Amino acid sequence: MSYITNLKCRECGQEYPISPLHVCETCFGPLEVTYDYARIRAAISRSIIEKRPHNLWRYRELLPVDLDDKSELVGPNSGFTPLLHCKRLGAELGLKNLYIKDDTVNHPTLSYKDRVVSVSITKAREFGFTTVSCASTGNLATAVAAHAARAGLQCYIFMPEGVEAGKVVGSTIYGAKVITIRGNYDDVNRLCSEIADKYGWAFVNINLRPFYTEGAKTFGFEVAEQLGWRLPDHIVVPTAGGTILPKIAKAFKELKEVGLIKSGDFKIHSAQAAGSAPVIHALHKGTDLITPVKPDTIAKSIAIGNPADGFYVLKAVRDSGGWGDVATDPEIIDAIKLLARTEGIFAEPAGGTTLAVAIKLVRQGRIKPDEIVVVSITGNGYKTLEAVASAIEQPSIIDARLKDFDALFDRLTNGKRTADSAA
Amino acid sequence: MAVRVRVPTPLRRFTAGVDEVPADGASIKAVIEDLERRHPGMRERLLDEKGDIRRFVNIYLNGDDIRFLDAINSKVKDGDDISIVPAIAGGH
Repeated sequence: MSYITNLKCRECGQEYPISPLHVCETCFGPLEVTYDYARIRAAISRSIIEKRPHNLWRYRELLPVDLDDKSELVGPNSGFTPLLHCKRLGAELGLKNLYIKDDTVNHPTLSYKDRVVSVSITKAREFGFTTVSCASTGNLATAVAAHAARAGLQCYIFMPEGVEAGKVVGSTIYGAKVITIRGNYDDVNRLCSEIADKYGWAFVNINLRPFYTEGAKTFGFEVAEQLGWRLPDHIVVPTAGGTILPKIAKAFKELKEVGLIKSGDFKIHSAQAAGSAPVIHALHKGTDLITPVKPDTIAKSIAIGNPADGFYVLKAVRDSGGWGDVATDPEIIDAIKLLARTEGIFAEPAGGTTLAVAIKLVRQGRIKPDEIVVVSITGNGYKTLEAVASAIEQPSIIDARLKDFDALFDRLTNGKRTADSAA
Repeated sequence: MAVRVRVPTPLRRFTAGVDEVPADGASIKAVIEDLERRHPGMRERLLDEKGDIRRFVNIYLNGDDIRFLDAINSKVKDGDDISIVPAIAGGH
């Protein structure tokens, strides 16, 4: 059984049966899954969902999978990450109701990609694929490799040459074949869409894209449930290819549609790194036309210069009355440090970007002190140590002698503080 | 100018299933016109009513996105490789 009805072109409305198809044959527009919301409304309730295990499948009726399929749903521990009320960070920003949605601890690979990959690999198995693949430079690669391993599927990962060793290791360790391409990320993407055509593999972010992107809705479902079945006044979301932001907006609308929340009002804001901000440029210029850029930022996980779904990001932001801004590399690093120092959360640069932009929106008066604000942290800083390694205080080195530590402690505290036990 | 054009799956019903076809023209625009002559129906899939490349169509000339060159007026020369690829969002 399933609550999905078909695939529909977001541009021209042409409909297709559920299949591994991602572009409209008429206009090349992206295809999106459609649902029978009346049946879903009758089938679920807050209490039914609340009794289910803490993973993203608690919202399974709103995900594009076959619920009769006997095969296990992939990602039994993915999703349902913490939503943290951040009092110390909130005090720094002048916000009383600031929350971090913390996908730095998503299972098993510590980024929001575990959501979209759980859904797309579940779907790949349903369609009968035995090989899964993706074009990626990091978070997506590790998520696909890890979930494929547990699902018992062959896995090929394509990356541009010159990516950090950690990313190659982080995918190869799961048994995936990693192929690096002489070229940049856009070259890899282009090659992969040609390989998907020729080899008949399930590329999670290409031919399974309509199903993959639906997994991102779970981020939004969880935020609403964790706030007590209500929407935040504001949610700030990073933008790269443009998957997650429109899907969070869609999730909020669906919750209203199926009767799980009462009020459907929210403002959604987009955050991009200044060195890769084609969507924000278009937003600020008031145009729908997104001019591609060549990315140059430390926020590698969101450095996509040619975002295919950028148009839908603009639409979701504008429809909600939201806004967006950019963060420079130094602002990104400062925000990563601020989040770590105040709340004990170590975000990758995409998270620093999102927090830095949230701070700007507060300063611009777009977010008010009493409003409920969610900042979306989608990836873990332990994967991107090199981005901040040179920007943090270096450790002190001393010999193993108490008087050496006494001298150091005096220097560290400018002689103003005394040891607690001696006070 | 004789060039080779890589055709993505959604357009292969115009090329009898062939994934790479020859074409002629001195610019991308001219090549698209020639594709239309050889495989009627192609132009409408690639260009909108105003004659601009559709939002979800990417065209690469020898591996470079033509929007970084001279867009639809980019010059082509003998032996060039052209790829037509549906836009796909990444996910790094």
